[in-house]
Amino acid sequence: MKFDTPATTNPIDQLKVVGKPIDRIDGPLKTTGTAPYAYERHDVAPNQAYGYVVGSAIPKGRVNAVHVQEAMGAPGVLAIVSTLNVPQLGLGRMNTARLFGGAEIQHYHQAVAVVVAETFEQARAAAMLVQVDYAGAPGKYDLAQEAPNASPVGGSSGEGSSAGPVDRVGNFDAAFASAVVKLDQTYTTPDETHAMMEPFATVAAWDGDKLTVWTSNQMVAWGKGDLAKTLDIPEANVRLVSPFIGGGFGGKLFVRADVALAAIGARAAKRPVKLALTRPMIANNTTHRPATIQRIRIGAQPDGAITAIAHESTSGNLPKGKPETAVAQTKLLYGGANRLTSMRLAVLDLPEGNSMRAPGEAPGLMALEIAMDEMAEKLGMDPIEFRIKNDTQVDPEKPDRPFSQRQLVQCLRQGAERFGWKNRNPKPGQVQDGRWLVGMGVAAGFRNNQLTKSAARVRLETDGKVTVETDMTDIGTGTYTIIAQTAAEMMGLPMNRVVVKLGDSDYPVSAGSGGQWGANNSTAGVFAASIKLRETVAGRLGFNSADAVFADGRVRSGNRDAALADAARDGALVAEDGIEYGDLAKKYQQSTFAGHFVEVGVDSFTGETRVRRMLAVCAAGRILNPKSARSQVIGAMTMGVGAALMEELAVDTKRGFFVNHDLAGYEVPVHADIPYQEVVFLDETDPISSPMKAKGVGELGLCGVGAAVANAVYNATGVRVRDYPLTLDKLIDQLPQVA
Amino acid sequence: MKPFTFERARTPAEAAEAASRTAGARFIAGGTNLLDLMKLQIETPAHLIDVNGLALDRIEDTPDGGLRIGALVRNTDMAADARVRRAYGLLSRAVVAGASGQLRNQATTAGNLLQRTRCPYFYDTNQPCNKRQPGSGCAAIAGVSRQLAVIGGSDACIATHPGDMAVAMRALDATVETVKAGGATRRIPIAGFHRLPGDMPQVDTVLEQGELITAVTLPPPVGGKQIYRKVRDRASYAFALVSVAAVVQPDGTGRVAVGGVAHKPWRVEAAEAEMPRGAKAVAARLMQGANPTHDNAFKVTLVERTLAAVLAEARA
Repeated sequence: MKFDTPATTNPIDQLKVVGKPIDRIDGPLKTTGTAPYAYERHDVAPNQAYGYVVGSAIPKGRVNAVHVQEAMGAPGVLAIVSTLNVPQLGLGRMNTARLFGGAEIQHYHQAVAVVVAETFEQARAAAMLVQVDYAGAPGKYDLAQEAPNASPVGGSSGEGSSAGPVDRVGNFDAAFASAVVKLDQTYTTPDETHAMMEPFATVAAWDGDKLTVWTSNQMVAWGKGDLAKTLDIPEANVRLVSPFIGGGFGGKLFVRADVALAAIGARAAKRPVKLALTRPMIANNTTHRPATIQRIRIGAQPDGAITAIAHESTSGNLPKGKPETAVAQTKLLYGGANRLTSMRLAVLDLPEGNSMRAPGEAPGLMALEIAMDEMAEKLGMDPIEFRIKNDTQVDPEKPDRPFSQRQLVQCLRQGAERFGWKNRNPKPGQVQDGRWLVGMGVAAGFRNNQLTKSAARVRLETDGKVTVETDMTDIGTGTYTIIAQTAAEMMGLPMNRVVVKLGDSDYPVSAGSGGQWGANNSTAGVFAASIKLRETVAGRLGFNSADAVFADGRVRSGNRDAALADAARDGALVAEDGIEYGDLAKKYQQSTFAGHFVEVGVDSFTGETRVRRMLAVCAAGRILNPKSARSQVIGAMTMGVGAALMEELAVDTKRGFFVNHDLAGYEVPVHADIPYQEVVFLDETDPISSPMKAKGVGELGLCGVGAAVANAVYNATGVRVRDYPLTLDKLIDQLPQVA
Repeated sequence: MKPFTFERARTPAEAAEAASRTAGARFIAGGTNLLDLMKLQIETPAHLIDVNGLALDRIEDTPDGGLRIGALVRNTDMAADARVRRAYGLLSRAVVAGASGQLRNQATTAGNLLQRTRCPYFYDTNQPCNKRQPGSGCAAIAGVSRQLAVIGGSDACIATHPGDMAVAMRALDATVETVKAGGATRRIPIAGFHRLPGDMPQVDTVLEQGELITAVTLPPPVGGKQIYRKVRDRASYAFALVSVAAVVQPDGTGRVAVGGVAHKPWRVEAAEAEMPRGAKAVAARLMQGANPTHDNAFKVTLVERTLAAVLAEARA
């Protein structure tokens, strides 16, 4: 189905099932521990052996030799493959660092060997007997030091944010020079790791030259293609299965070393191999969100109208890596006739920087939305009114291109009302509650809505149930449920008559899960396939498909009426189709919006910041399931608190690696850090987005939260911190004296 | 982890005997730290002696009005004990400020005293660390050291003792009771139990090979307001940046021990004379000689301010 004109009324608009806060249908599997995650797939292949990865002990250089004799003699060892035993593996199309093969070491903990043994403990013990001779080479690990050498570079996050090396509209320099009120500040965000609960894990089994992997991957078709490319085997010989994923956050968009080395280990051991990356290896072996240094300049008239806005970001990556697109949202979020964005990339020899939840916007808004707060203060304006003053209903770089929907102003206004913003003291450092300095902060949330084609197969079974099959993934987001809701709505069935099967490369290729595009696109694909199935059913029943009504398990047309199951009496009916998009995304800018509100307390003695309450008001098209959407947003808000207050991969700039590479050293919020969270979805449908009229919310919930926290800390203390995370050491010297 | 042999000891003396007999032997009780270290091959004991069956899991009154806490009393049970809560609130508060409920259910009194540093370089076997591999060097001093010691360190090591319980015990003047092979016992004041790193950072305590902790005794209650204040980047389940264990009497005198700043719970009795004069005076004496890194210089200020918070709370 080609979607190239705005959606009109369709069966989804009945909203009998779609739009309802239905419990996730895979919930019982998860709460009983019976959802089969990759490392638990004991059932799928007999005689599984265990793999363990040896990571490089140096950050840059070459492997001269790998001594495996002692390890080979260790109990239970079946096979050892070293990086010198195989040529350098192929590169996934969105990756920079090689996963394995050859002598070159590009980053710390890059895999240099895989050990396969009868048990996990044996594989691990033997792995520690593998001796590697390295020749280290000097590397660059300090972004601040390398930033002056960074080169201009354009780029796309691959997840919906992009910018050129230098993009100009109007004459920024002149407009900024003549602006009455101006701000010129630099902000930094640190490297972050995804810290998803489920580590990277794979079971790999060969059958002749055919390979099946049961793994944890957000993008099944990408993974299948990249695995074939990595191992240099035909794509047709690869099957990738990933029905349950314990969090990915962008880390599992790609094939990682667990997949490649499980396959290589299985080939060497001639046994199926199960392999997980251990927690201490994940931070340096896989990808991370790169650190940024962001300079923002804003010039405005005394009435608050922005006349000039510039956002320049420098990030680092391996040679040929891509930049963090932190300036992308600044191209679209606020008006202003004179604009400049630029990105620069410094070459670093740290592990690969790549996508992490809302790549680009998440760190970009952490900077931009502090800058807006600072600018509002310079102007003597309320920060909400300053944002509203500079709202735009069109793409500021291409004014003939409107937003399909843009309710940022409503998000901010409604949020202010609900949060009690009028009680905020605009003068910082004035409100005290016992030992706590209390403050409120606000930020705009912004994230683009990506359209990408997505297919599904829908089958009416002989018992009248409907089965949906698509290689779409559920990364904890609730995909199973919204896909079932879509099929139930389309076919006129209750939820318990729909079966959803996901995450298998044998199923039709879907959008996958990334860039908050999963919900809208994958359900639109199911919509398309369901339209086709409805036509098949109507035809089988001899009804006119155009006016057939599917409801309550029955099909009605004129005065004729039949049970849906009757259409499949002689055999199941199958329909396969997908959604494809025309040029609506070119004509209209599609984005999602939020107002994020945060209240914090800062301990007046110690500088510890604790969040007291949070609110997100979101405008993101039709909300397919308010319960699972809310879960997405509160989880994202939690991640935003982590980014604001504690998350930082600490770089040893001499030894060239992320030092705090486990969950004791890399702190993410715990329950005690997360108090009352409220989420409001504005009533919105977006007929430009898809027949579902929906958009993504999973990343919107993160975008802007960090700055709202930072602005609240400023309001509480009067201390402006521009370097994330806002740990107490950055506040303590500027807090009021204590006795 | 490397293969190891395992035995269950029946008496404390027998356990000590076994440990001094077998090279590379370690005791295991809760295992919350040792097992992690064994998985990473930071600890590679050849032999484990399980002491869980030694009936050292009771809290008893002592004749002088104090308490004797068995080496195997689980942290949860200690923190919940009515006598501890009534008379040694500081200890109870310190214990519940540490780890998580699950870990406290498993962790023991003796094991908590013996937990090893959480310095990230100690945990990464690719990196030099004098504590893990004597003579290999210290990567932390010129590396990432935000969590590490600011006082009492050496050129060889700036690791901290990571615990909370021991900090409270230091303020309470606890005594560690041990038994050695042959059955000899000794009583080690907690002040002298943990070492400073010096040029032997691999040695955390004064325990001898095979010496087994049997109990920790607390002297009679000292009264006062007992406050444990743990400062950290998140609200729970994190090691202290700085912690303060304080007993403050109505006249403003008292005791103070500090965690998160040194290789041992940090207490300077002479500093306590300054308590009536306030946090600044106490901290100045307590932290005299501090030698922080660029990363952790804030801890010196943080000690003073946390102490101020504690004294304010005591006055309230």
